[in-house]
Amino acid sequence: MKKLRSLLSGLAGFYRGNTAGIVGSSIVALVLMMCLAAPALTEYDPNKRVARGHEAPSAEHIMGSTRAGKDVWSQALYGGRVSLMVAFAAATVTSVIALAIGVSAGYFGGRTDEIMMAVTNVMLVFPQLPLLIILAAFLGNVGPFIIAIILGLTSWPWGARVMRSQTLAIRRKEFITAAEIMGESKLRIIVVEIMPNLISLAAGMFVGTALYAIGAQAGLEFLGLGDPTVTSWGTMLYWAQSSAAFYVGAWWDFIVPGTFIAVVGGGLALINISIDQVSNPKLKTGSFLKQWRIQNAEVEAKRQGG
Amino acid sequence: MAFIVRRLFFYLVAIFVAITFNFLMPRLMPGDPVDAMFAAAGGKLPPETIAAYQEMLGFVDAPLWQQYLQYLKSVITFDLGPSIMLFPTPVTEVLSNTLPWTVLLAGIATILSIFIGCFIGLYASYNRGGFVDRYVPVFWQFVASMPQAVTALLIFFVFALTLSWFPLGFGFNPDLEPSWHPSFLANVAYHAVLPMVTLMLSMIATWVFTMRNAMVNVLGEDYIAMAKAKGLSSRRIMTHYAARNAILPVVTAVSMALGFAVAGQVFIETVFNYPGIGQLIIKAVAARDYPLMQACFLLIVLCVLIANFIADVLYVWLDPRLRA
Repeated sequence: MKKLRSLLSGLAGFYRGNTAGIVGSSIVALVLMMCLAAPALTEYDPNKRVARGHEAPSAEHIMGSTRAGKDVWSQALYGGRVSLMVAFAAATVTSVIALAIGVSAGYFGGRTDEIMMAVTNVMLVFPQLPLLIILAAFLGNVGPFIIAIILGLTSWPWGARVMRSQTLAIRRKEFITAAEIMGESKLRIIVVEIMPNLISLAAGMFVGTALYAIGAQAGLEFLGLGDPTVTSWGTMLYWAQSSAAFYVGAWWDFIVPGTFIAVVGGGLALINISIDQVSNPKLKTGSFLKQWRIQNAEVEAKRQGG
Repeated sequence: MAFIVRRLFFYLVAIFVAITFNFLMPRLMPGDPVDAMFAAAGGKLPPETIAAYQEMLGFVDAPLWQQYLQYLKSVITFDLGPSIMLFPTPVTEVLSNTLPWTVLLAGIATILSIFIGCFIGLYASYNRGGFVDRYVPVFWQFVASMPQAVTALLIFFVFALTLSWFPLGFGFNPDLEPSWHPSFLANVAYHAVLPMVTLMLSMIATWVFTMRNAMVNVLGEDYIAMAKAKGLSSRRIMTHYAARNAILPVVTAVSMALGFAVAGQVFIETVFNYPGIGQLIIKAVAARDYPLMQACFLLIVLCVLIANFIADVLYVWLDPRLRA
């Protein structure tokens, strides 16, 4: 209960005066809720033919129809469920791996650190997208689940490096030495003493990976490497491309999924920027800078007063 | 020197990992790897050609390590055989026709974005908390957060298709004869504008942030305070004292950016129908031309590693502390 309250107050502290964070979170939450409430927002089945091919937006089909006569608005909402799920699943996998590798490399040091970082650095120099393309090509028409897994398994190296350097900084602190002397197990030190200090970094990493995963999934599916029978924002782009929607003037076929991707991407990017600014006071700007100065002045005043 | 040698060794290991990945991929897949790799070629290629392929790619009746050595040999000698999709053009020839386009696009776009981004970052840190510092980096971050496929499609739709300001595809007008004549080069530049701008839109943010954050860190140093105390003009402090030191993190970021640029070509070249390696790898995947696809992957990895190595050398040249 106490922990929950401190977490909530931490969250409130993060959002106070943090316009970018509030706007970004609202955008993502709104789109997420729209996708979850899809049955209430549209009467059409995303996978059924309900109109003529490439019908322009009208009162009946507010975002028009695809070449196959499916309702674009309904596809975007139901497809968003798949796209967002993949993004969050991939981000979870990435965060867990990066946290595990980064913290153990940083905490254990020595040979463990050397081997883990060698692997991480090799992974890091590989261009990720071509790697994904080759993997997807060999696995053949990968479904959303596999896409989430391969995105998660290939995007952890950068996060692992960040986690490691933060762990290195923490492990020299007195409370870690104290825990070691008290005879706490290594697992307990890692999970209870170190990890809580990495939460803000991990949150930043999670958001960053989700942002990347939205784009990468849409990209892979757009290129025709995904499973075209599953409706998601990426496969909508794929079908629009393969039915030459632009050339026949059916711009809505592209613009609708593209806008959804761009809006969610923008929202996640805003959250990411605000996390950066809050966690690294040196980089603050604008209202953040002002807020920081006020806090600084308060601390100074207290110090002089006491 | 020791630093450079260590990095070289590291890149060598990375290349081996990439080759091994290529070697293992078809063998880890369910089913017969040879069938899978040559299913598309079945009707098209004579059996002796397929047999030659198998030998070259290490699919011989021998223990795994011998297969691996065989594969290593064919990669190192650049003996990658003919492409299945474009039979009988050799894979190496297909690659050498497409690589210059990608390098041209990625190289120029990277250099231009470094200049534009660093300038914005410098200006933002120079006027900390001002209008540019508050909104311009966030704006670029917002632009960069759009997936490249989406940005490319939007730009294509607006400027090539609707407004017809720019061509719908290809590296140059197919009616022209390739030459070094200025009119032909101008045509090449004209065709490169949209893909290049798309690539730059996704890259500029990195440089704005790298430069700004590096400058913010450097500006807190004592020697900057000293320079101010000496009464030097703020422009001189910015360019001669701060920016010179802030450029180091920028150089490290170059290596990552080049990888990003080459990889990002995949979407951009596909949307703009540009004849580079990014489009080639997708065509190879679609045609199930596994030898060509794997060769594309290796070549992209190689490009990225070379770019990384150049960045390392530059780093040593710029930072005397590493020269010991």
